[in-house]
Amino acid sequence: MKLTPLVERRIIYIVLFVAVMLPLIFPIGWRTEVSTHARMAYDLIDKTHAGKVVIISFDYDPSTMTELHPMALSMIEHAWSKGQKIIVTALWPQGPQLADEAFEQIKKTKFPNKVYGEDYVNLGYKVGGMVSIQAMGRSMQEVFPEDSSGLKYEDIPMLKNITTLKDVAYVSSLSAGDPGMKNWIMGAHDMFGVAVTGGTTAISAPGFIPYINSQNQLVGLLGGLKAASEYESLMGVVGPASVKMDAQSVAHLLILVFIAIGNIKVLVAKRKKSQQEQEVTNG
Amino acid sequence: MKKNIPLLIVLVAGLLVIFSEFIPHRPFSMITETLENWFMIISGFAMLLGQISLIQVNSAKVRNKDENWVYYLIGLISFAVMLITGLLWGMDKTAGILGHGEGIKTWLGLKPFDYLFENVYQHLSATMFSLLAFFIASAAYRAFIIRSFESNLLMITAVIVILGRSSFGAMLTGWLPDSLSWLHLPKLTDFIMEFPNSAAQRAIMISAGLGVIGSSLRIILGIERSYLGSDE
Repeated sequence: MKLTPLVERRIIYIVLFVAVMLPLIFPIGWRTEVSTHARMAYDLIDKTHAGKVVIISFDYDPSTMTELHPMALSMIEHAWSKGQKIIVTALWPQGPQLADEAFEQIKKTKFPNKVYGEDYVNLGYKVGGMVSIQAMGRSMQEVFPEDSSGLKYEDIPMLKNITTLKDVAYVSSLSAGDPGMKNWIMGAHDMFGVAVTGGTTAISAPGFIPYINSQNQLVGLLGGLKAASEYESLMGVVGPASVKMDAQSVAHLLILVFIAIGNIKVLVAKRKKSQQEQEVTNG
Repeated sequence: MKKNIPLLIVLVAGLLVIFSEFIPHRPFSMITETLENWFMIISGFAMLLGQISLIQVNSAKVRNKDENWVYYLIGLISFAVMLITGLLWGMDKTAGILGHGEGIKTWLGLKPFDYLFENVYQHLSATMFSLLAFFIASAAYRAFIIRSFESNLLMITAVIVILGRSSFGAMLTGWLPDSLSWLHLPKLTDFIMEFPNSAAQRAIMISAGLGVIGSSLRIILGIERSYLGSDE
């Protein structure tokens, strides 16, 4: 029976759908091995002293939430467990709302005593990407005269000693594209010497690896859901990334199976064609 | 005049920013600071421009009853709903024209804008991105075919990286002795990403950087004028 390309495509879609659904309903519990880059990012946060103020920049929107939101949850939890104070910024317009959701979730489940303005603050979205980062290097207050709720910069207790970007211990950018991590590397690290780490989608990760170099332009990198689950396993928690990683692993395997079937199909077709040609030449 | 004044502004602004990189002192530092503030303000207006353009383009398609005009209408209605709910009751901690809408908040659990953002927009947006997985699976089936040396190389690399980036890959070669640990799939994947991939990425980045310098100079010197409009 010969299947048309349309039918083949539909079969692939259905099989993939089922293969992704099943591990989400019945988790397998495969363990993820921790990569060097994930450990570097973890170590930066782990070794930053308590009381230090850090920036987590929510440079993504809901389309990439599946990969980047688990990283945000883990990094907030990790930074708070180490007693760090978090400034939220966003180079993407939907970032501040996603940040609010993440902080609410962590506050509710693990850190109910954290206080807005003392342990964390959401400074909101700023247009301009690289230019606003450069401006933060001159004055944070000029770029963010008030937080996302309209509270004045000078009235926020944890920002008393933060005048420029140079006063923060590190920047972690959770980046889905441009503007994002690249701007933080070029602005925060290359211009003002602030350590930059962060996470990105798996598809963008290869483009950031050259920045992990001897100049420490980027301190570690979380690339996609796998790295998010690695971070969770470093923290010793089973979070959303670990749960979804089973489904992703099965999908990867299935894609390999599809590649093998595609090659076998082409091979068989080629063999049939050469046999037919031989028959024609033999008369 | 209409053409020369914008060209002159671009030339002066461009040269000032370049000079300020080499002479980070007054007056250049001050001028650049002002230009950066202007940039942020103008970028804000670009968002407004985008919204106006969205309304114009979509309403024209609905008016002319173009193909699939219903979708454009749904787009416009969705835009209006988000805009109105945001303006009336605000979002998160910010108040709207009618305040915080405590009554409606008690009923929905969230402000209407936040409710729609969390329960509709987020899921639709994530779904659109997730659809990529289906296209990737279908494309892999049709495109990763062994035909030549190059395609062989591509497929072998892809297989290693796909396996190395899954939990299954680590299990598959986890039993290897220390002397053969370099064959462990996650390690092989890291090697591919850190060396051949980084080398290629650096080459692309350097070429792109040179391209940016070239096109910036063309704009500053007035050779590239497409930003002035289609007639230029």
